[in-house]
Amino acid sequence: MSAHLKQLDGDLLQQCMHCGLCLPTCPTYMETGMERHSPRGRISLIRAVHSGELPVGESFGDEMYQCLGCLACVTACPAGVQYGPMFEAARADIEASGALDHPERKFWRWLTLRQIFSHPWQLHLVARLIRFSQVTRLDILFRKTGLLGLLHPKLAALEPQTPRISKKFSDQLIAPKESPSTPHRKVGMLTGCIQDIAFADINRDTVDVLLAAGCEVMTPRDQGCCGSLHAHNGDLESARRIACRLMDLFPLEQVDAIISNAGGCGSHLRHFSGLFPEDSELRKKAELWDSKIRDVHEWLVEIDFKPPAATHPERTTYHDSCHLCHGQKVSAQPRALLQSLLDGNLVNLPEASLCCGSAGIYSITHPEEAERLGRRKVEKILSTEADCVAVANPGCHLQIQRGLEAAGSSVRVRHPVSILAEACRQSSTKAEVATP
Amino acid sequence: MSHTPSPIDSLRDILRPDQIVTEKVDTIPYACDGTAMLREVPEVVVFPDSTEQVVALVRWASRTGTPLVTRGSGSGLSGGSVPSKGCVVLCLLKLNKIHELDAGNLTLLCDTGCITQSIADAAEAAGLFYPPDPSSLKISTIGGNIANNSGGLRGLKYGVTRNYVMGLEVVLASGEVVWMGNKCVKDVAGYSLKDLFIGSEGTLGIITKVLLRLIPKPAARRTLLASFNRIEDAAETVTDIIAAKIIPCTLEFLDQTTMRCVEDFARIGLPTDAGALLLMETDGPASVVDEEARLMSEIARRHSALNVVAAADEHEAVRLATARRSAFSALARIKPTTVLEDVTVPRSALAVMVRSVEDIARRHNLVIANFGHMGDGNLHPTILTDERNEEEIKRVHAAMHEIFAKAVELGGTITGEHGVGLAKKAEMKLQFSDSSIALHQTLKQAMDPQGILNPGKIFSPAK
Repeated sequence: MSAHLKQLDGDLLQQCMHCGLCLPTCPTYMETGMERHSPRGRISLIRAVHSGELPVGESFGDEMYQCLGCLACVTACPAGVQYGPMFEAARADIEASGALDHPERKFWRWLTLRQIFSHPWQLHLVARLIRFSQVTRLDILFRKTGLLGLLHPKLAALEPQTPRISKKFSDQLIAPKESPSTPHRKVGMLTGCIQDIAFADINRDTVDVLLAAGCEVMTPRDQGCCGSLHAHNGDLESARRIACRLMDLFPLEQVDAIISNAGGCGSHLRHFSGLFPEDSELRKKAELWDSKIRDVHEWLVEIDFKPPAATHPERTTYHDSCHLCHGQKVSAQPRALLQSLLDGNLVNLPEASLCCGSAGIYSITHPEEAERLGRRKVEKILSTEADCVAVANPGCHLQIQRGLEAAGSSVRVRHPVSILAEACRQSSTKAEVATP
Repeated sequence: MSHTPSPIDSLRDILRPDQIVTEKVDTIPYACDGTAMLREVPEVVVFPDSTEQVVALVRWASRTGTPLVTRGSGSGLSGGSVPSKGCVVLCLLKLNKIHELDAGNLTLLCDTGCITQSIADAAEAAGLFYPPDPSSLKISTIGGNIANNSGGLRGLKYGVTRNYVMGLEVVLASGEVVWMGNKCVKDVAGYSLKDLFIGSEGTLGIITKVLLRLIPKPAARRTLLASFNRIEDAAETVTDIIAAKIIPCTLEFLDQTTMRCVEDFARIGLPTDAGALLLMETDGPASVVDEEARLMSEIARRHSALNVVAAADEHEAVRLATARRSAFSALARIKPTTVLEDVTVPRSALAVMVRSVEDIARRHNLVIANFGHMGDGNLHPTILTDERNEEEIKRVHAAMHEIFAKAVELGGTITGEHGVGLAKKAEMKLQFSDSSIALHQTLKQAMDPQGILNPGKIFSPAK
């Protein structure tokens, strides 16, 4: 019944001493004040399932999917409770038990997790179709005629959340191998899935900054999703399969680091080892992989990259992607880079590390809760009077962009590396002018 | 006691459906508070949002003979809000309005479900100060603080919750509502009844509103961190600081085990090689705090401090205090179960008590970390154990008992700020004579003859 939770080390569950220090940081507890919607409450339910006191039923399932998985509780917890693995195991049990099964839910899960986000070619195909409808304005026609609603009411509701698809994807913008004039280090570049189809330019910017920092960049073709979507949604089997595929794409022994520029992906990417049984060959390989994964900001600070000053610094604020800040503990580095880049134009965002409501596919599964959090985030951004909000995760990027547009705001959403890349390009143009 | 056929159904006449939960998935998370090894899943949890609803609930409980266990955020450390068998848990979190801040009389009137931090913030926004700061202040309710007479890091200079309660609204076991106190600094009319409810752990009435005393915000603050090889040196530093007529607002110590756990969590660069750490804070007028900070650092050096550093700014000072507040939870990094105590002794007996704890740990072959409020003699010996190890738990209980006995022998108390609840109930007889316990029982019997308010906590009813 609860195979995944049962396999968890009992010490992991015992670690929580229910002191409650996690409560004020949990977005769902903030909303309702109910213990079951808090990290401590959810852990007590997980324990009850573990001990057989509570069945893996629909209400347990609903609760575990009510959780955003933002991991703010992990940052808050002095006892060092590892909520992430518990949460993933609980969701895996829920899926294995069929507690939330419903033919329609099954179909969507199969289509998204097992098809589109398991096969890069399918994702590209779907993206091309969406791009076609966006370029030809068919999407507006669908929206106005309610055609999608006829197909399925949910589709009509979700359509506005569709990201604007990039004209070219990462593989068309980035060569398999790119080298600076004098390479000091060798890195692999992860292109992601949503980042690849909707923000390919951010991937290009990332490579440009890495080149400027003296790194040779290897970018394997057809990478696709990293499996975080699967792991967070109870499909550990697919997550394992995808991890194996991804690890094979990179020459692990040859690179100094493998770079991720998406907070949500990085948090999963650096914990591949947890997917495989101890002492297995795959586990060893995954441990090597985990040791190489770096968030791009983390890497740039680690190699002591000094960004050039931006020529026209905008008043900018920084939003922490949950899985970058809580999942990977990377929050000082992006700020430090922006600080030196923007020279006093970086302003503090209140509640910067509170979830924006995107949370993977949460904005699709729980639109109302996600929208409330989105509005709260937008209010805080507007309160800073910034012209630009820097965000290092595609989910947050889309959610915040949508929220700002809905509020009629002209604040721009940008990835910190895009701001960095722009400054690097400006400074190299200047250098060329100076030394013809 | 009379039982209606289905008492729970009749609750629905009092509360809205969203104010009652009975499903296991909703009630299991209310089985514990912040105390280790105590757990009881309640049948029902209710969330009243007005004094009127609390009155109706108490009348219902009296009619049906159902015990009521009042709870705020469930961060208590003595099992005071752990459900008893067959009870209804009364969670006061929805009773959370701040009604008035009176800057002329320096008072704040609020519901008892308000979070302590929100009260401190409201005071601060008006340039005022609410000093009691239990480590859980970001989540604890003021009601829970009053029910346990909570202390905190600033006890030495500013006292505890009791010193800031000027008035209380209480729903009695009969369902009557009484108000005690007012905005006057002086008031000697009648018995000081409000004091009876402070620290009563929900056994005498349900506190629904409180009038709190605020004070002007100190103009300046200096925070120092001193490290020592031996805890005794830290203890003697504290003694000499007080002897020098300095009353700092905070004198907190951490032993090496605690310091390492805190550092592991907070990463603020604590000197983890040192044997003990003393966090000292003085507040008041700028000229005074500078002089006091200088003297305190001099005294620490005289007692072989390895190093004394000052916090660079307010931000760093807050980070240090926040790190200290995480001590108890951070200790859970080492072992799955952390049993935290809060024995308190007169300051002069502090060094003896610290040594006794070390000795008791050795004799019972246990790991006992130690930290606490050195300025007011309030220690937090914390036993690091595993509740699944039955043999070790036996030794834990024996060691705890010895620690309590030693504290009482030195003229101290079994609990300085967490309350008795269930965790220390058996130790009450160490501190109280039979007639003192009988007096407790008489009061309880007079005020709650049916025994419906948090029954079985602090002490058992008279036989």
